Amino acid sequence: MYSEKVMEHFANPRNVGEIPDANAVGQVGNAKCGDIMKMYMKIEDNVIKDVKFKTFGCGAAIATSSMATEMVKGKTVDEALQLTNKAVMEALDGLPKEKIHCSVLAEEAIQSAINDYRRRNGEDVPEDKEYTCEH
Amino acid sequence: MDNNATTSLKKEVLDAMLPYYTDIYGNASSKFYKVGRDAEQALYKMRESVAKSINAPNVNEIYFTGSGCEADNWAVKGAAMANRKKGNHIITTKIEHHAILNTCEYLERHGFEVTYLDVDEYGFVTPEQVEAAIKDTTILITIMTANNEIGTIEPIKEIAEVAKKHKVIFHTDAVQAIGHMKIDVKELGVDMLSLSAHKFHGPKGVGMLYIRNGVRIDNLIHGGGQERGKRAATENLAGIAGLAKALEIAVADLDKNVAHCKKMRDRLIKGIRDNIPYCRLNGPEDEGRMCNNANFSFQYVEGESILMMLDMNGIAASSGSACASGSLDPSHVLMAIGLPHEIAHGSLRLSVGEDTTEEDVDYVVSVLPSIIQRLRDMSPLYEGVE
Repeated sequence: MYSEKVMEHFANPRNVGEIPDANAVGQVGNAKCGDIMKMYMKIEDNVIKDVKFKTFGCGAAIATSSMATEMVKGKTVDEALQLTNKAVMEALDGLPKEKIHCSVLAEEAIQSAINDYRRRNGEDVPEDKEYTCEH
Repeated sequence: MDNNATTSLKKEVLDAMLPYYTDIYGNASSKFYKVGRDAEQALYKMRESVAKSINAPNVNEIYFTGSGCEADNWAVKGAAMANRKKGNHIITTKIEHHAILNTCEYLERHGFEVTYLDVDEYGFVTPEQVEAAIKDTTILITIMTANNEIGTIEPIKEIAEVAKKHKVIFHTDAVQAIGHMKIDVKELGVDMLSLSAHKFHGPKGVGMLYIRNGVRIDNLIHGGGQERGKRAATENLAGIAGLAKALEIAVADLDKNVAHCKKMRDRLIKGIRDNIPYCRLNGPEDEGRMCNNANFSFQYVEGESILMMLDMNGIAASSGSACASGSLDPSHVLMAIGLPHEIAHGSLRLSVGEDTTEEDVDYVVSVLPSIIQRLRDMSPLYEGVE
């Protein structure tokens, strides 16, 4: 059901944890739906120096979090905002149809963290949307 | 650790099946030559054996089907259609298998009215609840003998008495129960009972519906005269031979297996409780719980992830989380016993069998705590809990 890449990222997730002095923190999803992703970033000079995640969810949720953090690490904020769920899925050699929402969640978690960073820097960024369970 | 899902085929059962794929290949309906007659006679003996195993008063009350699902579908749809002139009301519970629930929903779309009874926090329904739900239009009550997810054993005998008093047909889905508790249709007083061979070390693709003589039920498959014309189709003789043999063994070894499963189940439950904080046992404690079932919810983690990590350690299990079931909501059974979504998402069903050893149980107890801890360390919900 899952690709080898997904299984590998699930078994050995990259960048798990928290960053104590993070200057960007975003959380998406909710417990009722069965998945929550929280992203911590340390951004310096508009570059994502470090990124870590914590995820409550299924195998795909953990694997997409891991892959998404790998894909944005070292990137500029603008580059990271270009990351799409499709790119995360492709990097994982695909996801089962009912798990596509996990990759969407990963994309949104990155955006949520960056929005937090921008708000902290006085930028006018809209609030994150409310989450409803979607598969 | 997933014996509620299916079981291994016993060697003796396979041996009982093989002749019907080779020597005795005749069609039981072709009575004018020997291989046909041999098949017919063998089929009668199998039916007789099954009747004896569940203590059905008459051999002709045993109807073979292609699965437990089919038996459930037939019991509910067949009884509903045959008795629709009397009424259109059906009583069931919220924790039935989907073979019953989805059939009831189908009937609702065709003008039937269905009452889905609530269960308590352990999954029990009471005879009083059933009696209170009966109306003049009630034609069928269908309540499972034991629940497949949380192992709750329902008071079937008492419910059967209520049904009898009100002259309503009573069906029970005993698919999970058989082989794990005594099933005697006469003593239980049920009108219909479903079972499936692969749950008790028989083959897949064969089930049985007991229909007490006198119960009005529509035919399921229209065609030839097989199964007294009620379920046409050339009989799956090898499969039926497997079902009959597996049931004979299950009944003969019942006390031994129940005692063994209980021992393994209790060792597992204790081991998990002693080693993993923030967990709850779903379903009843000892009495009222199927001997082979354990179902836990682990807070702050999600079930599919647990299953995947268990699988990496060579352990097969099952979960009621939405992800594991491929739907939006967690298991209807866990919702019905009142679990919040986030607790239901973290559920894990472990079901032991007669082959389960103490070493197997101890192995699960040795790897599960670190799996749960690893997932908790990854979970944002666990932050601040440690």
